[in-house]
Amino acid sequence: MTFLHNYIYYIGALGLVLIGLLIVLAKHNLIKVIIGLSILDTGINLFIIAVGYIREGTAPIFSEPGLEPGRMVDPVPQALVLTSIVIGVAILALALGLAVKLHKEYGHLDLRKIKELRW
Amino acid sequence: MIIIVTILVAVMLAAAVAAFVFKELLSAVLAACLVSLIASILFLFLQAPDVAMAEASIGAALVTAIFVIAIKRTGKREE
Amino acid sequence: MRTTVSIVLLAVVILGFGLSLLDVPFAERKSQIGDYYIVNGRDQTGATNIVTSVVLDYRGFDTLGEITVLFVAALGLGAVMAAAGGRRERPSTTEPPSLVLRTGTNVLFPLLILFGVYIFVHGHLTPGGGFQGGAIIASAFLLVYLCCRERRINLARKTAADSLGGIVFVGLGLVGLAVGSRYFLSDFLPKGSLDTLFSAGMIPIIYIAIGIKVGAELAGVIDDLLEETE
Repeated sequence: MTFLHNYIYYIGALGLVLIGLLIVLAKHNLIKVIIGLSILDTGINLFIIAVGYIREGTAPIFSEPGLEPGRMVDPVPQALVLTSIVIGVAILALALGLAVKLHKEYGHLDLRKIKELRW
Repeated sequence: MIIIVTILVAVMLAAAVAAFVFKELLSAVLAACLVSLIASILFLFLQAPDVAMAEASIGAALVTAIFVIAIKRTGKREE
Repeated sequence: MRTTVSIVLLAVVILGFGLSLLDVPFAERKSQIGDYYIVNGRDQTGATNIVTSVVLDYRGFDTLGEITVLFVAALGLGAVMAAAGGRRERPSTTEPPSLVLRTGTNVLFPLLILFGVYIFVHGHLTPGGGFQGGAIIASAFLLVYLCCRERRINLARKTAADSLGGIVFVGLGLVGLAVGSRYFLSDFLPKGSLDTLFSAGMIPIIYIAIGIKVGAELAGVIDDLLEETE
């Protein structure tokens, strides 16, 4: 039970990273690969926020006059993850635009048949 | 409290596995949207309201909409 | 060949994560710079939301890089999906939207815009900020696309809003280089009193610029993806 207390967020984030990586490596439809990329991104963001958590902490916002600054969680990982989420959506939008153009050129989105993207 | 978090993490991982298994692309995109929504709730449990708001509005709403538009313009099934 | 590379890669990722987690105990105090920002954030920046003061004041240069990446991605998407003969009216091939959807959009669109503006104007007091507010404004435009498929975004106004946001951000940073503490993106406006709307120097001004810019860019991304060519 204490193992679960300590590591449940890490297990969730690591599981998302693994499943996202599995989708990117094993599937051959380009839209499926981009879905895997999105899940991978969410897993990494969850991991960074889980690292910044402090036990029995509160959010780093002085919304009431009586909050003491000694028990707040770390604000630096939250700033980094805010940047990371926005960059993630920019990358996804550009990737989907390229996938639409690729479908227009080849007629399908099978990575095994498109010559330049085969590996 | 820890029971709720465990159930949420289990549902999130099940949704991610469902996104891997489904052959219909629209269903896979909805599973990824569920992953993003539960991640937003977990951000709230980790005392990060700014990040929860960003993930809910950008990750769950706009990314799903962009995926659905792209799927409409390409094929709908995986094969 | 491909399966062996995949299995080796997954094993390396699992091993790397597992070994690194031994040094990162959950829920312990790990770094000292977060404590410095929390203790001194209110006096040095004037904002009560410490995450906002970290994003815009202590690490404002990273935010400039993030805005550049979003701008280049939206620009690249517009260049990739460029229509050969200009924009064209989309033919309506499905049934027209129902009365409920049209009436609901008429009511909800100004409320959504107002909500987005509220979120990024109060970014230094409550959780929120420019990126979240901009995404809500883009969702309002997405609602209009769902309801009336023949309406498009006015390209001139979108470009003007996008450029205005960027110019305000970089311009304020360069003015901070000239006056005040003489470094890029220094906060030279008066801090005001804590926990009021007109406080925290130039942080609300920059968040308003970022909110307008991100909203225009994300709405333009949706418009580019929906457009049919020839």
